Amino acid sequence: MRRFSWFNLTSLTLGFAFLYLPMLILIVYSFNASKLVTVWAGFSTRWYGELIRNEAFLDAAWVTLRVAVVSSTLATVLGTMAAHALVRGGRFLGRTLFSGMIYAPLVMPEVITGLSLLLLFIAIDLDRGITTIVLAHTTFSMCYVSVVVSSRLVSFDRSIEEAALDLGCTPFEAFRLVTLPIIAPAVIAGWLLAFTLSLDDLVIASFTAGPSATTLPIKIFSSVRLGVSPEINALSTILIAIVAVGVITASLISKRSIARQMQDTRAAIAGA
Amino acid sequence: MRRFPAMPQTVSSAPAVFAPWADPQARPLIEFRGVTKRFGSFTAVDGLDLKIYEREFFALLGPSGCGKTTLMRMLAGFEEVTEGQILLEGRDLAGVPPNRRPVNMMFQSYALFPHLSVWDNIAFGLRRDRLPRDVIAERVEEMLKLVQLTRFARRKPHQISGGQKQRVALARALAKAPKLLLLDEPLGALDKKLRQETQFELMGIQEKTGTTFVIVTHDQEEAMTVASRVAVMRDGRLEQVDTPDRIYEFPANAYVADFIGEINLIEGRLAAVEGETARLHWAEGQTPLGGLAPKPAPAAGEKVTLAIRPEKVRISSERPAGAANAVRGRIEDIAYLGNISTYHVVLSTGHVLRAQTVNTDRFHAREHTWGEDVWLSWSDSAGLVLKG
Ligand SMILES: Nc1ncnc2c1ncn2[C@@H]1O[C@H](COP(=O)(O)OP(=O)(O)OP(=O)(O)O)[C@@H](O)[C@H]1O
Ligand SMILES: [Mg+2]
Repeated sequence: MRRFSWFNLTSLTLGFAFLYLPMLILIVYSFNASKLVTVWAGFSTRWYGELIRNEAFLDAAWVTLRVAVVSSTLATVLGTMAAHALVRGGRFLGRTLFSGMIYAPLVMPEVITGLSLLLLFIAIDLDRGITTIVLAHTTFSMCYVSVVVSSRLVSFDRSIEEAALDLGCTPFEAFRLVTLPIIAPAVIAGWLLAFTLSLDDLVIASFTAGPSATTLPIKIFSSVRLGVSPEINALSTILIAIVAVGVITASLISKRSIARQMQDTRAAIAGA
Repeated sequence: MRRFPAMPQTVSSAPAVFAPWADPQARPLIEFRGVTKRFGSFTAVDGLDLKIYEREFFALLGPSGCGKTTLMRMLAGFEEVTEGQILLEGRDLAGVPPNRRPVNMMFQSYALFPHLSVWDNIAFGLRRDRLPRDVIAERVEEMLKLVQLTRFARRKPHQISGGQKQRVALARALAKAPKLLLLDEPLGALDKKLRQETQFELMGIQEKTGTTFVIVTHDQEEAMTVASRVAVMRDGRLEQVDTPDRIYEFPANAYVADFIGEINLIEGRLAAVEGETARLHWAEGQTPLGGLAPKPAPAAGEKVTLAIRPEKVRISSERPAGAANAVRGRIEDIAYLGNISTYHVVLSTGHVLRAQTVNTDRFHAREHTWGEDVWLSWSDSAGLVLKG
């Protein structure tokens, strides 16, 4: 094993500090007994208790959760279908245009996505509320799902699907019985990605939310403008925990499926 | 309810002669009529006519990229025909999706379902037919026994060896008792010994089930071993379709002759035809060489090629008395293969001919040595004179 040089160690420490120190401070101060954010007065879970009694925050949290679950599920279904059509659909008219277009939202400034969705909702006279946030989140997270799923589809042997057709499956059955179980890890990873994206989106949600529904990020952002409270720290800590669990699970799932793939390949080579 | 053909455990003695292709009344199982397949401007299969009969073991042979896989994929329904028709029992297959064809394919990559056990892989096709559970179970057990994988039924594809995978793929394709089974280089990944075992296993299965097999292979020995008929393809066309022995002994042209087995080819011009024998001028000042005449015989002076297999050429130190054809040369190289030796002999004209001897005596394996002057001789019926 190579030993770490001082230079490497320093740059690694600095890099990680830069990334995680702010979060660490936030988490530590969420357990602060004092009401003043910057003065440490001992350990306490007081602000977590206060948080649970805060109706406005709880409402926002509930809205956020529902939006995240519904929109990530919709995005996963649509994104998987889109990926399948693009990777497997063969050559159809405007295919290149389509695959280019599906990735465009990845690089589109969120402000523009939010604004255009807002204009659309006004144009079709849709009242802004939980429905519009769900629609907006589905739209922008769908392309992330489709990127994740299509990278898995590209790497898997087409003839496995053909074998299913050959053995009597209709195209839909072949997808349900063969393709979907094989790409399931990618689909789940896509869902988790869409879920976390929806959970912490502020920009698009602020464009598409209405007075009847506010999401947690919007709530936090607006209350921080009146001053940072320890309650917000507690709430953010919980959010960080949820997102971290989501990201770690997603990476574990895809890592495990890669490991299994490699094991398959090794077995195939060894057996041949 | 679906009935599967009974599979007798003992193979009855072979029928007198199996040659439906010789019977003009026989109805083919598969018929290609002027089938052409183009990918853009590239023609992969070119105006192909072919009849394959029930219970045949039909081998497709040809160099890489000549269109063998494309032909198979058109039969299975993964590729559309650009021109012409493919008929199955007289019905046009155009527009029939793969899942509605009584054809199963064993893929070159095996294409096993990685998330299903060996048992479920084999049961997959049967379940799509909505067969009762006990019928499926019985059939799967039967298939497992056939390919000797009963012990591995619960394993996943990544837990078995390459040869075992190949047998699962075979069992899976066979389970539905298709009218036609397509095998795309099914033994490509196996070592020689396992490959030969499996070839005989395949022939046994074919005899037991009566399924019609079409097999693609790169290995001409394999084609000769398993097939009732062999088709040699080149650039999307069929060069010759015939029984293995006729392909070997009576190749239609120099290409087929060269592709199947080892052969000496001597180009020249037709000198004369006397009855069965044709003679060709092959070099200045040399006696014309003879072989079986092509039918119909071309005119004298036309370009022809004498094709003669190395094992039909005798090698000796003295000129054999009364040999119909004899040439003199010097041994340049000897390839010792254990059971046989191949001598490469350079003639004074610059031609290199190969002659083979069987090493029946251990201590006289090399009767002749490098640089030795020898005579090569053969009878008039040993060689073939081919047009072109
Ligand atoms: N989808 C495709 N698009 C364009 N060209 C193709 C396609 N499939 C096959 N071809 C071309 O058609 C020709 C025949 O291909 P095919 O796969 O039938 O060859 P093959 O005889 O099976 O060769 P091999 O023995 O190497 O497997 C090749 O030149 C190949 O490049
Ligand atoms: Mg091929």
